[in-house]
Amino acid sequence: MKNSNLYSGEFACLEKANIDTDQIIPKQFLKSITKKGLGPYLFDAWRYNDEGYLGKKPADREINPDFVLNKSDYEGINVLIADENFGCGSSREHAVWALKDFGINVVIASSFGDIFFNNCFKNGVLAVKVSQESLNEIFKEQKENFQKQIEIDLINQKIKIPNIKTINFDIDDFRKNCLLEGLDDIGFSLKYESEITNYENKLKKLRPWILND
Amino acid sequence: MSQRTLYDKIWDDHFVAQREDGSTLMYIDRHLIHEVTSPQAFDGLRQNSLIPRQVGTVVATPDHNVPTTDRSKDIEGIKDPISKLQVVTLNDNCDEFGINQFKLNDERQGIVHVIGPEQGITLPGMTIVCGDSHTSTHGAFGSLAMGIGTSEVEHVLATQCLVTQKQKNMLIEINGQLQKGVTAKDVTMFIIGKIGTAGGTEHVIEYAGSAIENLTMEGRMTLCNMAIEAGARAGMVAPDEKTFDYVANRPFSPKGSDFDKAVKYWASLKTDPDASFNATYSFEASEILPQVTWGTSPEMVAHIEDCVPETIEDDKTVKSALDYMGLKPGTKIKDIEVDQIFIGSCTNSRIEDLRAASKILIGNKISNKIKRAIVVPGSGLVKKQAESEGLDEIFKSAGFEWRDAGCSMCLGMNPDQLKEYERCASTSNRNFEGRQGYKGRTHLVSPIMAAAASLEGKFMDVREI
Repeated sequence: MKNSNLYSGEFACLEKANIDTDQIIPKQFLKSITKKGLGPYLFDAWRYNDEGYLGKKPADREINPDFVLNKSDYEGINVLIADENFGCGSSREHAVWALKDFGINVVIASSFGDIFFNNCFKNGVLAVKVSQESLNEIFKEQKENFQKQIEIDLINQKIKIPNIKTINFDIDDFRKNCLLEGLDDIGFSLKYESEITNYENKLKKLRPWILND
Repeated sequence: MSQRTLYDKIWDDHFVAQREDGSTLMYIDRHLIHEVTSPQAFDGLRQNSLIPRQVGTVVATPDHNVPTTDRSKDIEGIKDPISKLQVVTLNDNCDEFGINQFKLNDERQGIVHVIGPEQGITLPGMTIVCGDSHTSTHGAFGSLAMGIGTSEVEHVLATQCLVTQKQKNMLIEINGQLQKGVTAKDVTMFIIGKIGTAGGTEHVIEYAGSAIENLTMEGRMTLCNMAIEAGARAGMVAPDEKTFDYVANRPFSPKGSDFDKAVKYWASLKTDPDASFNATYSFEASEILPQVTWGTSPEMVAHIEDCVPETIEDDKTVKSALDYMGLKPGTKIKDIEVDQIFIGSCTNSRIEDLRAASKILIGNKISNKIKRAIVVPGSGLVKKQAESEGLDEIFKSAGFEWRDAGCSMCLGMNPDQLKEYERCASTSNRNFEGRQGYKGRTHLVSPIMAAAASLEGKFMDVREI
């Protein structure tokens, strides 16, 4: 079993609702045919004051000093906390690849876009839903006390931030296990090979128009 | 047996196994593929020495990156080398794994969500996935159609199953008669304005009621297309006679006795009269007016007689959206001037959309304030049909550019993009920041509202034309 403390570290807040995957990774970076190297373009239009393209070097970029992830205080954070409906919109898994490549392995919000939420767990990124009240408390604590320490105990499903009451969170067992065991999802499903074959044999009789072989 | 919804029935009929971790393996009947979200999935198959389990259920086409001007040079006509590599990679992967592809120079090429229904690949009662969130479009046929991520694309290729969990059921009923000039696009935008972009999260939406039944199949596709903009991974409409007539005799649809058997099955999928939903909404069709978005999320929408919000002090989200859009609080929608018109996308690029928009333009010219107006048919076959009806001539004489099929300016992965601060009346589905071009400004509208806006260079009430 992997270390449950893998997810503890430091956090930054993006206090904005409905952050869509077009903002997390703009379309021009979807032209990549690999999963790697998207971190420099995470939140590209917000992080830089110039228009980015795949392959543009960080040294050639105009940094937006006001954007939270560009502030030296938040250098090296691994937890991003945003407002409701984070990751809505496009199904692009590039959004998760970019977060991960940047070094973020936990996203916390009061709700998520469904496809983004799934994509996180497929890539070892923990997406945690907390109540809007807890979220507001965290935003306040960071603003007032510059708090950025966060302890995330995945096994016991608890988030601890100094000065804030411990937050308990729900997570499906299968998603939790995926993260803890670093599961090979396809390998796991292929254990059900005989069930799939049985289904297909039935399907050929019941709905012969589905599999035209 | 207990009373079940359309979604419950399709779910039950596609249940393969429950994995020991509690998730469900759901059988997938059709898998659509395009160049953007598939390369890493094929790499995964190669790394693990896997092949597609049911290659006959997979159909691919390039759509996101493709140029919409001059197809004579085929792939060599793609100027951006990175875009070109993605399209070439799709070709290579399809060739290697034996996947049926409508290539760039094939007249059946087009936006994946247009060609599925057009070819009869999309059928009622099916489970359909694609690495694209607008897969919800296919729910118009009473199928369960969902956008998936690239890891899931790989998983479905290898196992023909999706690892999933049962979603909640939501019913949205629209009853009554839609006003003249109010389209399926206005209905779907109106709903998003009411329930919000997270309103349908964790749900599958079933749209019902007399106004939905009266929509054409193409209207239902527009409606379900934007279910994802209401947060729902899938939207659906119960299949009926209109659905069966639409799918009959298409290249991929069943023929003869198989078709009769299929219709019998499809007709059994309707939600049972006493089935229960976790959430229900009901609206009157006559309340819906032509819609225009004013912000940077599809829920930021108003009707044509309305204004953008007036008080913004307390609302940072609204303030930042209006700043981005370059709009003053309280601006009348009818006073918003636009630079570009885009008629296209998986939401609104089908033949009925083009017929309706062209009607507004007959004998008219676009305003000289419009810098560019383009029509991008959803597929090569839609383009051909439109040309056979002379629609291309109407668009061209009005001042529109007549293009080749693709996603085009919906997301500007190809050269069709807005310039900084340009404002567009667009028939697409997302008004997100930068979506149509860096710092570009998008207002979502129906095809007839887009055509009307082209005449004056600002939004007009299409009901008055």
